[in-house]
Amino acid sequence: MRSPGAAPPATGRGGALARIRRCAAWIRWYVKELNGEHAYARYAERARAAGEPVLSRREFEHRRVDRRDGDPREGGRCC
Amino acid sequence: MTVRTFNPVRLAIWTAVAVLGAASWSVLALARGEKISAIWIVAAAVGSYLIAQRFYARFIAYKVLQVDDRRATPAERFDDGVDYHPTDKRVLFGHHFAAIAGAGPLVGPVLAAQMGYLPGTIWIIVGVIFAGAVQDMVVLFFSMRRNGKSLGQMAREEIGRTGGIAALIAVFAIMIILLAVLALVVVNALAESPWGVFSIAMTIPIALLMGCYLRYLRPGRVTEVSLLGFALLIAAIAGGNWVSHSSLADAFTLSPRTLVVCLVIYGFVASVLPVWVLLAPRDYLSTFMKIGVVVLLALGVLFALPDLTVDPLTDFAREGSGPVFAGSLFPFAFITIACGALSGFHSLISSGTTPKMIEKESHVPLIGYGSMLMESFVAVMALVAACVIDPGLYYAMNAPAGVLGDSLQSASEAVAGFGFHITPETLQDMARSVGEDTLVARTGGAPTLAVGIAVILSEAFRSDGMMSFWYHFAIMFEALFILTAVDAGTRVGRFMLQDTIGNVVPRFKDKDWRPGIWITSAAVVLAWGYFLWVGVTDPLGGINQLFPLFGTSNQLLACMALAICTALLVKSGRLKWAWVTGAPLAWALAVTMTASWQKVFSGDPKVGFFAQRAKYQEALDEGTVLAPAKSLDDMATIVTNSTVTGTLSAVFALLTLVVVLACARVAVKAIRNGGSLPLVEAEYVESKIPPLPEAKPVGAVSTPAGSS
Repeated sequence: MRSPGAAPPATGRGGALARIRRCAAWIRWYVKELNGEHAYARYAERARAAGEPVLSRREFEHRRVDRRDGDPREGGRCC
Repeated sequence: MTVRTFNPVRLAIWTAVAVLGAASWSVLALARGEKISAIWIVAAAVGSYLIAQRFYARFIAYKVLQVDDRRATPAERFDDGVDYHPTDKRVLFGHHFAAIAGAGPLVGPVLAAQMGYLPGTIWIIVGVIFAGAVQDMVVLFFSMRRNGKSLGQMAREEIGRTGGIAALIAVFAIMIILLAVLALVVVNALAESPWGVFSIAMTIPIALLMGCYLRYLRPGRVTEVSLLGFALLIAAIAGGNWVSHSSLADAFTLSPRTLVVCLVIYGFVASVLPVWVLLAPRDYLSTFMKIGVVVLLALGVLFALPDLTVDPLTDFAREGSGPVFAGSLFPFAFITIACGALSGFHSLISSGTTPKMIEKESHVPLIGYGSMLMESFVAVMALVAACVIDPGLYYAMNAPAGVLGDSLQSASEAVAGFGFHITPETLQDMARSVGEDTLVARTGGAPTLAVGIAVILSEAFRSDGMMSFWYHFAIMFEALFILTAVDAGTRVGRFMLQDTIGNVVPRFKDKDWRPGIWITSAAVVLAWGYFLWVGVTDPLGGINQLFPLFGTSNQLLACMALAICTALLVKSGRLKWAWVTGAPLAWALAVTMTASWQKVFSGDPKVGFFAQRAKYQEALDEGTVLAPAKSLDDMATIVTNSTVTGTLSAVFALLTLVVVLACARVAVKAIRNGGSLPLVEAEYVESKIPPLPEAKPVGAVSTPAGSS
């Protein structure tokens, strides 16, 4: 798997089909960055690099969303 | 700064953008009598945004704020992968936009269309370039330099205790009014509409399902669950049509008063439940819808190329006697447009999560300034949607119920009284085509916007039979946002209240103490619930009475933010650049103080709350009933409401003045001190992140939002 933080190249050489595929890959990457789906991969990579035990995805996602119970200002929305 | 080589292609492109923008403005300003296309508004906006992002935002970043890519940002220094982590600037742009965008820019421009399309267009575009986007960007920068401190903390540390406390109280009070007005918009959109109530009610089980899916089935798979939720949402809208024609229709036909009770209970329950149950899934859904609808509407305008049906400047702008909201062009057009041009609330977001995620200081213009341009583009779209529908229908939908009377005939006559024309039959046909019983007095902006969106989209996709679907799609989209905001806002209000009460009763500081959560949540819900009730029962029309208060308070908050920014610029020895935030501050102060003054002291009972109070109190003492009140009870309601709203207007203005004066004192002290004072800024640390190849120190060609 690619590093979760790095975007796939949005442009490049190749046929029209290859270009569409790269474009779709970029959109998928962007959406998953935006909605936080990459957070676990990013965390797991860090934890592994630091030699710490890695939480399961379930455990990690639970902690991530429950943090907002403690401080609702995170991820706040506006008018 | 890098030396830029002369590039003829780039020069030609920017010249073309400038010519396009200038040409569009000329068409808008010089049009007299003939019909002009709404596309000119969009072109003027996009052209102006591109120029502003490329030149003004960059000027502020490099000359005024002096962003420095060699300096490590808090995201780099504290990188913990949770709160702080360096984020791709395009992703952070999306994050920040999703956080600042809400229902405000959709509603305000619709109401302001009463004054014609020109005042709204000018203020949305010029206002965002010189005030709104500047505020967002400068607050973001100062907060980033202070490790992501909130506006209130910055005020306390840099301005002093009094200013800090005044800012805190103002933020809380303004939030209550905001929640009440947003909820009022939803109530007005859903009242007596079984289709709307059913589809919005269905969002609760849909969110619960999504929440459980993410919690127990496939944790973290947000994209697939959002697609699933979206499909169910569309099914709920389609199902609403069926329900409204079935025997269940009566069960879903709710009066405004019943809806208030439902919303208050919903607000309480939703905000004490864990975030994963309702709030998080709704957040995913509403972000999904938000971006989708903005793109859809922009495409719709491009394909449908609708003509504007409204005059550039109406008589209501000159005389200040409009039925939608009272008051003259200055200051009330600027107040009403609210979030699309300048929004004080954004300063809370700009000093929240975003500054902790900035990778490089040079990303600040794209994220702070660019996101706000995008928000303004949403407001332009809303203005277009309101300006392409028949003006007769516009006034029949937006004047208060008391003025329009009980029948289609009386509404048609009232509209004729405003100088426009619509037959009772047309009113009936329009209502039927969008699948509603009536469109008369559907105030609040949301239904009007929904009609505008439905007209544009059914024109663009050549699908007349889809009008009612698009209408309810638009209502769903607005209501979804607002209900998410009500839930999130109640939580933030509760958090602030817990902290404040915690200073007296320490137990409340414990954020996990259930009774504390329940008591403070109930207090917040009842506070906005009170104003919501006032808005629904006021014989003079809740939107007419409360919307100006909301608009004023939002811009008073902007005054505080701009004053704090100006004081910080002066404190850091940049007096010669203080006009960058000082000029919009002066303008916003002139607008809000004039508006507050008129709301408190004006002798015209349509504008001044206390003049209104005196008029109705006098009549009440004599035992007479003044229209649109229907009974002595109505009269007493008006007297109480105008006392409360008038007092609040005065209190908001005074709190703002306290903060502005505290900032002025600090600025004067800095000048006397030889031009600067020590700042409470985080220390300089050399950055180890190399500049990205495509991100030259000047931010390269950061395509601004407006172009989408």
